[in-house]
Amino acid sequence: TRGSVMVSSMQDLNTNEEGDLSEVTKRVQGIGCSRKRKEDPKFVQGRGQYVDDVKLPGMVFVDMVRSPYAHARIVSINKEKALALPGVHAVLTAEDLKPLNLHWMPTLAADKQAVLADEKVHFQYQEVAAVIADDRYIAADAIELVEVEYEILPPLVDPYQSMVDGAPIVRDDLLDEHGEVEQSHPNKIFEWDVGDKEGTESVFEKAPVTVKETMYYPRVHPSPLETCGCVASFDPVKGNLTVYVTSQAPHVVRTVVSSLSGISESKVRVISPDIGGGFGNKVGIYPGYVVAIVASIVLGRPVKFVENRTEHLSTTAWARDYFMTGEIAADEQGRIQALRVNVLGDHGAFNSQAQPTKWPAGFMNICTGSYDIPVAYLNVVGVYTNKAPGGVAYRCSFRVTEAVYVIERMMDVLAHKLGVSLAEIRMRNFVKPEQFPYDTALGWQLDSGNYHFALQKVMDAVDYPALLEEQKVKRENGELMGIGVCTFTEIVGAGPTRNCDILGIGMFDSAEIRMHPDGSIIARMGTISQGQGHATTYAQIIATELGVDSDLITIEEGDTDTAPYGLGTYGSRSTPVAAAAVAKAAREIRAKARKLAAAMMEVSEDSLEWQEDRFAVKGVPGMEKTIKEIAAVSYGQLPNGIEPGLEAVNYYDPPNFTYPFGAYICVVDIDKGTGETKVRRFYALDDCGTRINPMIIEGQIHGGLTEGYAVAFGQELPFDADGNILGNTLMDYFIPTAVETPKWETDHTVTPSPHHPLGAKGVAESPHVGSIPCFTSAVVDAFSHLGVTHMDMPHTAYRTWREMKKLGLTQIEDS
Amino acid sequence: MTKHTVSFRLNGKPTEIEIDPRTLLVHALREVVGITGTHIGCETSHCGVCTVDVDGESMKSCTVLAVQVAGKDVVTVEGLADEQGLHAVQAAFIEEHGLQCGFCTPGMLMRAYRFLQENPDPTEEEVRWGLSGNLCRCTGYQNIVKAVITAGKNLREAN
Repeated sequence: TRGSVMVSSMQDLNTNEEGDLSEVTKRVQGIGCSRKRKEDPKFVQGRGQYVDDVKLPGMVFVDMVRSPYAHARIVSINKEKALALPGVHAVLTAEDLKPLNLHWMPTLAADKQAVLADEKVHFQYQEVAAVIADDRYIAADAIELVEVEYEILPPLVDPYQSMVDGAPIVRDDLLDEHGEVEQSHPNKIFEWDVGDKEGTESVFEKAPVTVKETMYYPRVHPSPLETCGCVASFDPVKGNLTVYVTSQAPHVVRTVVSSLSGISESKVRVISPDIGGGFGNKVGIYPGYVVAIVASIVLGRPVKFVENRTEHLSTTAWARDYFMTGEIAADEQGRIQALRVNVLGDHGAFNSQAQPTKWPAGFMNICTGSYDIPVAYLNVVGVYTNKAPGGVAYRCSFRVTEAVYVIERMMDVLAHKLGVSLAEIRMRNFVKPEQFPYDTALGWQLDSGNYHFALQKVMDAVDYPALLEEQKVKRENGELMGIGVCTFTEIVGAGPTRNCDILGIGMFDSAEIRMHPDGSIIARMGTISQGQGHATTYAQIIATELGVDSDLITIEEGDTDTAPYGLGTYGSRSTPVAAAAVAKAAREIRAKARKLAAAMMEVSEDSLEWQEDRFAVKGVPGMEKTIKEIAAVSYGQLPNGIEPGLEAVNYYDPPNFTYPFGAYICVVDIDKGTGETKVRRFYALDDCGTRINPMIIEGQIHGGLTEGYAVAFGQELPFDADGNILGNTLMDYFIPTAVETPKWETDHTVTPSPHHPLGAKGVAESPHVGSIPCFTSAVVDAFSHLGVTHMDMPHTAYRTWREMKKLGLTQIEDS
Repeated sequence: MTKHTVSFRLNGKPTEIEIDPRTLLVHALREVVGITGTHIGCETSHCGVCTVDVDGESMKSCTVLAVQVAGKDVVTVEGLADEQGLHAVQAAFIEEHGLQCGFCTPGMLMRAYRFLQENPDPTEEEVRWGLSGNLCRCTGYQNIVKAVITAGKNLREAN
């Protein structure tokens, strides 16, 4: 295959980035520099400000009484003992929220979610009553004193049982007076399909090679180290509401809070302060926020809500829970002719999946992957169960984790059937560089890519042929060694307003840049960092565009009173959308600076050329004005027709998503005695186009790969038959320490996005999306010579040992 | 509940607080003293984001009662930097990009501060084990390990 790899146009891919940068870029620490982070000095000195650091005069604390049962009718709630406890101000139940019509709230998936349980509870740990007390210690005492009587109902736990006759009905609030629902079954949320169903079927009927595999992508949880919380502060005198909140989308929260509360948006100020990680968990609105807001309005004083880890793992947005069946039809050489994927999605009791409105299964239809597949069909059914709501979270890019997992697993299954290597089957099917922009069979237009080159680079780096040879020898000796491959295509940067909106608001994003008379800058965006380094990297973009030292550029996000309206940070959309707005706003400033420079030097604008930090008159050495000089003049006496000041705003509606890609290879060794898997090597190549800050990208990759390792090798949130959630604390929920976490090798190529103003693509979720199927690929590959085609995650020692036992590999020999 | 008066040294300064006996040290620091660098990430004593230094030992302050530090010497992240500037571990975390969201950072720094006194010239393996009581969700640890090794080297060279 080596001969077929396209490398001719890619000679620039291995350049030393810093070495290629201009002197001005290095001086201002602009695009391409591994600039140290502007955020760090405050964080290393304990001077960040996270929600629970907020302390306001008169502030009280809210804590929740939660359901011990998965499914039960609430017979009665007795508040008296709790209210009698000194320091308790109020105990709220659904009855108190009903007059405000806030006992239910809308979700991002156009369903509704109970704020405090009304007639019944739908999942274990669901919010039933809220206690407001002087501090968290008294609140914790008081919740023990609230007496709730329940009548236990049979829970629905297995999504495969959700639509059988006699299944418990999760959501009787959706039944009409005749006990009927619009959907074919009360537990069915939606059925969504895309692609050419008949065309796909007819290919499968005739195809010489077909493969099929079912797989479960387990329910896991993003579990940022900081849990969710807020401080709501309603000022009864001014009629203003201020909410400090762990939100990845503060402007959206403002719009929603305004519409729920009836307070106009101009009187609602939402502030996302420093956030201790989000990972998709902090996109939606949780009952705790609503209760804190209501309590603050009722009591006229600030109310803080901060959940603990158990509550966080049990009730906030989890990820995945997709049961997937993949099928590939191919010719004898393994060239794919068609793809068919069917999914059953467990959404829990309320469909609160964070999604663009028109995409009930997110961008699961990117499941054609990096491959040239002529025809495909995807069908997704979502169902209710007696579990917490969620689904889209944890670096998923709107279900792309699941999409990449199913296609990459199926590529392995196809390779196994044909007896070719996992790398070879991919090389035979990649979309070729000259095919971009490439229209997939399920409706996306991939912007750019060079997949063959990337995979070959990784194969060379790890010496893939030598690994295959070593594996062959090990197999003869009865040892278990696996080599996993994943070559994924991401879709990030939601998105074009023509098909992407959140509750009707188009998924643009924004930047506002203001240059001061001394040439320093304040700039704000509609996104919100949770550790991804926006304060540093946005400044680098402006630094390059305007030739201003990034030290002199202040970046702010998260305060809806001051930042321009944006859709927030998730789906790796900050670079594709807001960074594009940053570049365009900076270019508007440059265009105005050109006018000013021309007037200052009394030359025509056409005679000027931009030289990184100044306008120079072409062909006249020394005749030039720096951006700093121009900034000063813009506030002084101006030529006719030019407005004073030097600032610009841009709201950017992206023409398409960006499609970063990666090639990952993983080598594992599995202990035949214990089933324990050791990751010997993990090599990750990511291509996200133009790289703004290589140091920060590398940190994103390390973090994402570590999450992938956790998901693949240990994380899960299982439920027992009674609907009890299991393993919902750090006693069991696997978060690797430095000891377990493998060492990561990273690499890159650069294939810019042709439609992005900087050529940059998103990247932060790629390592999570791509690494998980790579780990499964490696584990399964260790057993593939024994006929194993798939093993479900998590690949814990116990589960792997059980697989070995099934295969008769676990006889312990006497030593 | 009867309040207790607890006197201890905090970041080198004599400090006195009035608290309930059940008050956890982490809450006493954050809510009574009002220094909020020390964080809370779990209730099962795993994550270590609340790590502070008590009489020369790393302690998870969510698992110590504030009354137990009476008469002791407590150092938090706020006490690491001095007139000369950032401590070597703080500078190295910036240099090696050993933090992202910053939530685990105070605990990591306090643990690294103590660990490098326990083991001034650690191997990478020893750093990984030495910091295994501290969880991080952002970095994948690799740059934290680098930062601790860099800090150790800088501290050795300074001494």
